[in-house]
Amino acid sequence: MTGEVGNNSFLRVEGITKRFGGFTALDKVSVDVVKGERFGLIGPNGSGKTTLINIISGVFRPEAGAIRFRGEDITHIAAHQRNRRGIARSFQIPRPFRSMTVLENLMVGQDFAAGDASLHSRDRAHAILQRMGLGAAANALAGRLSQVELRKMELARAMAAQPQLLVSDEAMAGLSSSEVDEVLDLLLGLSADGITIIMIEHIMHAVMRFSQRVMCLETGKIIALGEPKDVMANPRVQEAYLGA
Amino acid sequence: MRGNDVAFAFGAMLFVAAAALTTFLVGNEYPFFAGYVILQYIVLAVAWTILGGYAGYVNFGASAFFGVGVYTSVFLAKAFGAPLLVQIAVAAAVGGFLGFAVGLLTLRMKGIFFSIATIAVTIIIDTFIVNWKYVGGAAGIQVVRPPTMAPFESYVKMLFVVQAILVVIAVATARYIQNSRIGRGLQALRDDELAAECSGVPTLKLKLLACVISGALMAAAGAPSPMYLQYAIPVAAFDLNYSVSALAMSLIGGTSHWLGPVLGAVLLGVTQQWLTVNISSAANVLLLGVMLVVFVVAAPRGIIGLFVRKKSEKTP
Amino acid sequence: MINDSGGVFETTTGRGWGVFSVELLIESIIFGVLLGCFYCAVSIGLSVAFGLIDVPHIAHPAFLVLAAYCVYILNDTWGIDPLLAGVLITPLFFLFGIVVYRLYHAMFEKRGSDAAVRGIAFFFGVAFIIEVLIILQFGVDQRSVTAPYIGKSWRILEMRIPIRQIVAFVVAVSLTLALTLYLSRTFTGRAIRAVAQDEGALRLLGADPIRIKTWAFGLATAILGIAGALLIVVAPVEPTLDRAYIGRTFCVVVMAGLGSMSGTLVAAIILGVAESVVLTSFGASWAPAISFSLLLAVLAVRPQGLFGR
Repeated sequence: MTGEVGNNSFLRVEGITKRFGGFTALDKVSVDVVKGERFGLIGPNGSGKTTLINIISGVFRPEAGAIRFRGEDITHIAAHQRNRRGIARSFQIPRPFRSMTVLENLMVGQDFAAGDASLHSRDRAHAILQRMGLGAAANALAGRLSQVELRKMELARAMAAQPQLLVSDEAMAGLSSSEVDEVLDLLLGLSADGITIIMIEHIMHAVMRFSQRVMCLETGKIIALGEPKDVMANPRVQEAYLGA
Repeated sequence: MRGNDVAFAFGAMLFVAAAALTTFLVGNEYPFFAGYVILQYIVLAVAWTILGGYAGYVNFGASAFFGVGVYTSVFLAKAFGAPLLVQIAVAAAVGGFLGFAVGLLTLRMKGIFFSIATIAVTIIIDTFIVNWKYVGGAAGIQVVRPPTMAPFESYVKMLFVVQAILVVIAVATARYIQNSRIGRGLQALRDDELAAECSGVPTLKLKLLACVISGALMAAAGAPSPMYLQYAIPVAAFDLNYSVSALAMSLIGGTSHWLGPVLGAVLLGVTQQWLTVNISSAANVLLLGVMLVVFVVAAPRGIIGLFVRKKSEKTP
Repeated sequence: MINDSGGVFETTTGRGWGVFSVELLIESIIFGVLLGCFYCAVSIGLSVAFGLIDVPHIAHPAFLVLAAYCVYILNDTWGIDPLLAGVLITPLFFLFGIVVYRLYHAMFEKRGSDAAVRGIAFFFGVAFIIEVLIILQFGVDQRSVTAPYIGKSWRILEMRIPIRQIVAFVVAVSLTLALTLYLSRTFTGRAIRAVAQDEGALRLLGADPIRIKTWAFGLATAILGIAGALLIVVAPVEPTLDRAYIGRTFCVVVMAGLGSMSGTLVAAIILGVAESVVLTSFGASWAPAISFSLLLAVLAVRPQGLFGR
């Protein structure tokens, strides 16, 4: 299982187990995400979705298992180091830097990112904001943004570090259907640029439209993994969602 | 940015030159005796802002660092007869080291827990000094000033200029941090530590750095104190009033810009000097408390916030 | 221990390990338990205010000293028994607590997380103001009260236990017991504990969390009336006494695991015994560091307290 450095897996989750006290949030979860993939992660509340991405992004440490990113074991390195290696994320409940402007929020991401310093300019931050449809709000305080703007800013801030893997944690929760389409188009655009995206979402039609593969978790275990329509047709998935 | 730096450097030199020049022009020693205290508060408040303002970690332990500066000097003077500049340099190093230790110990603490821990550090160090007979213990110790050095006519005037230089060092440091990515990183972790960490900000490293720099500057501010007072006593060196002053001056001035603590320290420092002379020292402490409460309630951004309306504040 | 001169420990100070005997150890442990119960009484309000409803109440010890001075006034002016005086001022302190919490809530809690920093500074400032006002009114000298049980002691075997320590012990234990019962048996008490767990759930049940918190903070402050009476019964007070009690009260509350009343009693006894033993063996000059060292150790090992939520 270990030491397979150099194989072409992009993100490899190997037997991850995470417990909180007596509660097992993730139970030996293993999955590979391929470079450039659009990967959907679904499951009922409390199934371990957010725990999994917290482990991928370095917020939590697992009790067992390993995370490999581009061949490197990153299980024990700090979250900010993972960000530098190319893993960025957004948060389920937006966590803006409230005392800063939107532009400054992005520059935080750029400031400490790896790579060419000349890329870390205001212009590039502006360009990202334009692309995310936030150009007009660049100088607004992040604490005063509307919900959809906050969602977009979270994605824009994640993009500022020029990630190779973007983990989007329910970026569409609480948005109107036209706003959902807006954010979905943004994510599809980023994917077209070659960024691998893991999307956690409750809004099913968005997941179906977006994902090339979907994984469904229930009580910390994978109950289905495959093409979206197959996963949705899976009786266990239907049971988990409809509570039949 | 470059032009600003030149202007700042010029202003800093002008400030020190003016401070030095007045010591020759004004014969009376008292203004320098009072001025020294105000300059000392500027250093403390600016140093406090680096950790408490930029990073949002409310430090109640300014007196710990100040007192450590005082007693580093006392020890060096007694043990080696070390000159003032050595005292200040070593005090800064010890203060920085203490900052590092406190940082390591308190890294996982947030909010009130961090604040209480810093009070704890103050009292614990205070207690050790009280029980350390070599530096005088609870009763304190007399310190003999070395002969006044040319070109200064009196030791107090020299200390005034030395403290003015410390002000410049503190302000320059704070200003550098504020304008660099360190400042933005600290601000980010103040707003949301987890989001900062996930945005690539090395939050641990930055917090430690802020602790070290802030601690070193506070200890340096305290280092000339034994020579200034000609004695040192734990109850004064570790007086919680320094903690409250540093915090209050910084919050009253405004913590988003290095100018805030400078304004706060000058305003409160001058008022306090006046009150101490004209009314009582209890009255100036009362003023400090009342101003602190009034400002945190009514003007959260401090004096700076009252005047500077950031252009970014218009709603999108 | 109070004022570094051993007010509570009339019998034993600074003997060094050399002459330390088993009898002395037992004696200092018994004193420590009594002292710990007293610490529980002065900390239990904070256990509610900080432990249960998350108010960063740095001014708690200052309120405590303020209460002691109120008791002093009543005792000095009309000769009212200090404990009775403590009970008499509780309604006043209850109102005081309500006003302070309302102010804190409107100014800081409601404004969200970035106001937390200023909330801490606010209470620090309030503590400072109280301290200075006391100095302006009473000066820096120590003040004490008179009552029949102050100055006498019981002889039990070879030991001499001051009666005021026994009084403090009895009142402290009753107070803890009453509060524990209140929090577990009454509707409001259970609501206070619920608000600590999950504010949203409480709101769903139709209770107003802010009202409950206001009530809880009022209660926590009212208890200080009695605690302040104990403070001045046990030893003379001075305006800056609150500083030493920042360490003691927060040490107890954090060690207890925020919001646990029985935990508060246990933690307070641990602190009392630790102080008593260190005092007997090393001397009073080390006293101030004990509570703060314990606090720091607990915080460093588990930032959210030993049994924190």
